[in-house]
Amino acid sequence: MPGLASLVLADARFPGGGHVHSGGLEEAVSRGLVSSVDSLEGFLLGRLRTAGLVAAAFAAASVPVSAHCPSSGTSHSRPPLTCDDADVTRSRFAELDAELEARTPSAAQREASRAQGRGTLRAVRAAWPSPVLDDLVAVHPRPHHPLLVGAVCGVAGEPPGEAARCVAYLAVSGPASAAVRLLGLDPFAVNAVLVRLGPALESVVAEAVSAAGAPSSDLPAPGAPVLDLMAQAHVDQHRGRLRLFAS
Amino acid sequence: MSGDHTHQHGPTGQHGHGHLVSFDPTESEPDHHAAPPAQGRALRIGIGGPVGSGKTALVAALARSLGERVRLAVVTNDIYTTEDADFLRRNAVLPPERVEAVQTGCCPHTAIRDDITANLDAIDTLEERFASRDGQGLELVLVESGGDNLTAVFSRGLVDAQIFVVDVAGGDKVPRKGGPGVTTADLLVINKTDLAPLVGADMDVMTGDARRIRGELPVITQSLVEDPSAGEVGAWVLDRLATRVAA
Repeated sequence: MPGLASLVLADARFPGGGHVHSGGLEEAVSRGLVSSVDSLEGFLLGRLRTAGLVAAAFAAASVPVSAHCPSSGTSHSRPPLTCDDADVTRSRFAELDAELEARTPSAAQREASRAQGRGTLRAVRAAWPSPVLDDLVAVHPRPHHPLLVGAVCGVAGEPPGEAARCVAYLAVSGPASAAVRLLGLDPFAVNAVLVRLGPALESVVAEAVSAAGAPSSDLPAPGAPVLDLMAQAHVDQHRGRLRLFAS
Repeated sequence: MSGDHTHQHGPTGQHGHGHLVSFDPTESEPDHHAAPPAQGRALRIGIGGPVGSGKTALVAALARSLGERVRLAVVTNDIYTTEDADFLRRNAVLPPERVEAVQTGCCPHTAIRDDITANLDAIDTLEERFASRDGQGLELVLVESGGDNLTAVFSRGLVDAQIFVVDVAGGDKVPRKGGPGVTTADLLVINKTDLAPLVGADMDVMTGDARRIRGELPVITQSLVEDPSAGEVGAWVLDRLATRVAA
C-alpha cells in the first residue's frame, strides 16, 4: 500500500523505542522553560525548524539511496540486477552519516538519534527485509534514525517527501507526547498544537525535499544551541537523578 | 480424516502442536507453547508487579543467592532514575557492570510489553559486554519492571519466563482481582508473608484465590525477612535454567 511505511514509522505505537525519548522536552520542563500549552508550542516550533529540518533533509536524501533496491518482502538475499550496487550504496550512506554527525554537535543528541535508529532497525528488519538495511548497518551498526527512515521509505517505494514528513512530524510529536506525560497537559490542546504546526511542517518538508538533491555537504545545517546544551545537560547533570526519558 | 486422529490439522495440512485452538475467554490453561529457542543467549526472566511489592528486594536476594553459581546480570526499569540499579550496586549485590538501567518515558508497562526496544538494547549491551570480556557470556538476565499495575505483563519477545510479585500488605484481595500478571505469569510470588498478622491479611484467602485463578501454574509465598536468600524462588529459577540447558 502506498504511503504505509511512513505512516507506520510515524505511528506512536510503532515499537522502535521512541516513547522513551522526549527530544529535550524533559530538560526544558525541569528548567521551567516549558510549563504550558503555549510554551510547548514555542518549543515545538523551534525544534521543528532546526532539528526537524535537519532530520527531514537527511531522511529525504536517504530515499534515493535505497530506492533502487525494493524490499524482497520475504527474503534477506540480495536479488540480482535490481540491487547489485552495494559499494555505491554504502559509500553514499557513509557520506550522509558523516554529514549528519557534523550537524549534530551534542553527543547526547547523536546518541539519541542512533538509539532510535537501532531500535527502529529491529522492527524494520521484520517488516521490510532488504539488503539495503545491511548496507546501512555496514556503515554503522547503530544507524542514525533519519537515514534509516529514508532507507525504509526508499525500499517501500515512497517518495522523499514522505520520509521527510515522517521524521519532521516525529520531531514534534515525540516531545508533544512527553509533555502530556510530564506536565499533565490537556491532550486535546496538545494535539491541536500539533495540527496548528501544519503549515510550518509543510514548509520544512518542502525545504528538505528541495535540498535533498544537492551534494550532502550542502544539506541544511540550522543550529539550535539551546537544544544542544539542554540535551547535553540532560545526560550530564541528571545522571542518576530524576530522569524519566532517555533524551 | 482417519479415525485415529484425535486432533485437528492446520489449514495447510501440517500437524499443529496437538491442541485444539480455544477461543473461550474464560479458559486459563497454562501456555503450552515451548519457550523461544535459546540460540546461545542468556535465559531472560522478567520480574513484574505493583509498586512496593518487593521486586527489587527479590532481585537482590536472587543476585546474592545465585550470583556465585550463575553468570547473571540485571536490567532495571525503575520509573524514576536509576534508583533500583543504585540500590543493587550500593549494596554490592552485583558489581556495577552487571546492572543496566533503562528509562521508560513514564510508561513502565509500555517498555516491557508494547515497545520492548529499550530493554532489548540493555540486554544486548550486557550480553555484548560479557561475551567480549571472558568469552563465556551470560547465563541469566533478570529484567525487573518498574512498579506498575495488575495489568502489566512482559512481552514474550522480551523474556522467556516471568515472575509476578504481589505482597500481603497490598491487601488479600489482590489475587482475586486477577489481571494478566496474576493470572498468566509463569510464577506468582506472594511476598512479605511476615506482615500478614500486622495488616490483617488472610494468607489462606490469598493462596486459595491464587491457586483457583491460576490452575496448575505455581504460587510461592515467601518472606525475605525470614528467608533472605529467597530459596524457593531461586530453586524455581535454577530449574528453569536446567530445563533450558537440557532442551
